[in-house]
Amino acid sequence: MNISSALFLLIGSFLCISGGVGILRFPDFYTRMHAVGVTDTLATAMILIGLMLQNPDGLVIVKLVIILLMTLFISPTASHALASAAVHNNLMPKLEETEDNKKVSSSNP
Amino acid sequence: MLIAATIAILVVMIMAITRAIMGPTHYDRILAVNMFGTKTVLLISLLGFVMGRPEFLDIAIVYALINFISVIGVLHYSDASIFKRSEQQKKQ
Amino acid sequence: MKDLFAVIMLSGIYGLLSASFFVAMDAVDVAFTEASVGAGISTLLMLVAITITGRTERPQRHKPVLALVVVFVTGSLLIYGTLDMPYFGSAQAPVHQHVAPRYINDSMQEVGAPNIVTSVLASYRAFDTFGEVVVIFTAGMGVLALLSVVRHPREIARDNEKIDSLNKSMHEEHLILRIVVKILIPFILLYALYVQFHGDFGPGGGFQAGVIFAAAIILYSMLFGMSTARRVINQSVIQLFAAIGVLLYGSIGVISLLSGKNFLDYNVLSPDPVAGQHLGILLIELGVGFTVASVMVIIFFNFAGRKNDQQNKENNDS
Repeated sequence: MNISSALFLLIGSFLCISGGVGILRFPDFYTRMHAVGVTDTLATAMILIGLMLQNPDGLVIVKLVIILLMTLFISPTASHALASAAVHNNLMPKLEETEDNKKVSSSNP
Repeated sequence: MLIAATIAILVVMIMAITRAIMGPTHYDRILAVNMFGTKTVLLISLLGFVMGRPEFLDIAIVYALINFISVIGVLHYSDASIFKRSEQQKKQ
Repeated sequence: MKDLFAVIMLSGIYGLLSASFFVAMDAVDVAFTEASVGAGISTLLMLVAITITGRTERPQRHKPVLALVVVFVTGSLLIYGTLDMPYFGSAQAPVHQHVAPRYINDSMQEVGAPNIVTSVLASYRAFDTFGEVVVIFTAGMGVLALLSVVRHPREIARDNEKIDSLNKSMHEEHLILRIVVKILIPFILLYALYVQFHGDFGPGGGFQAGVIFAAAIILYSMLFGMSTARRVINQSVIQLFAAIGVLLYGSIGVISLLSGKNFLDYNVLSPDPVAGQHLGILLIELGVGFTVASVMVIIFFNFAGRKNDQQNKENNDS
């Protein structure tokens, strides 16, 4: 039991740190949003599952499941709200500066 | 292993605060504060397990809710006019 | 720092840091209250206040050097005074000799609640908690006296029209948020009830439950508009609930007086003293929860409603 719990905690902390590095190093707001939004939820899920496998009693597992479900609901919704507020207020993403517009729209999926 | 995960989360929280101080636009700062909040939820749960007191999980649930409501509140109340005003002030 | 918005964000983070200090010091109830009140509701209410007052601080005419010197001198005198006190948590400190062992040793037999913080707060020191509840109620009354606006019946009818037209064309901008929040709000209210009644056994109690309840209502009214929220939660009912909370608390005390014992002595509420304590704690925590939730909702509605009315007047004039 302890090995699988340690494995989940390790994966979770690695995802967490990669999200943190992403928020520091990425060039633009929308790319940072990608880094945070994806790794945040998955790291939370991994760490909480790792905690659940540490064999506590029933009520603690139920509370951890509640935190997990709530984070799965809340975190993507908050990212969506933030991104749509940014788009609504005309925050432009940083695109590559080329003369040909067709090249830009085909290279950014 | 729990202590290593706690240290990792503390490092990420410091990174988030750095972005909150540095971030050029307001949305960067709101994003960083949101990330700080979710990491705090994890930190409280881990600390509860490290210290052997699972009662801290109630605080984690409450803080996840508060974080969500605060982000929605900030987005709702910093409406377009306030952001545009500060952008104009920066250009001047 | 002149930008009040950043100041509010920083104070929210400060509240969060102090909550983590309390977590590190192994004080669960205090961390709970600090996280919910200090980092949560205060940030929200101050944000709403900023939308009325404006975003930057007015520039000061003079530099506050004299005030800074006074603060510095007083602070250093206070720190010099505390150097004489015993160390933090040492067993020889006077506070640990008489009062604390009595609470820790006798609380289980006398009160019967596993959470000692609740038994101290609600039974041994119930009079102080009564004072806190009355202070919160007075704050709500102060906000009502200063900021409440009597709504003209024409405005109420116009708000009802606006609700109908808004519901027909579901505002696309907030669609996902509205659906997710509609699913979440019943669970938040249920969690508030759990925290309220679980105060005997784990961290919780009336204050935290009231704050969580008010946060759910604030979330609803932010996303669905003030007019819908006013129709769902009638302002006069909320004011009635605030008063009912304080009255409930006070009447428990008066019942104890009428039965011949001291004010707020719970042993007389039932033939078995411990059952009487349980009943007393339950009822007063309920009173606290009512009052805190209602006062927070009153403050929020009055701040946000004023901004709403200002905007409506601007829209009608232009």
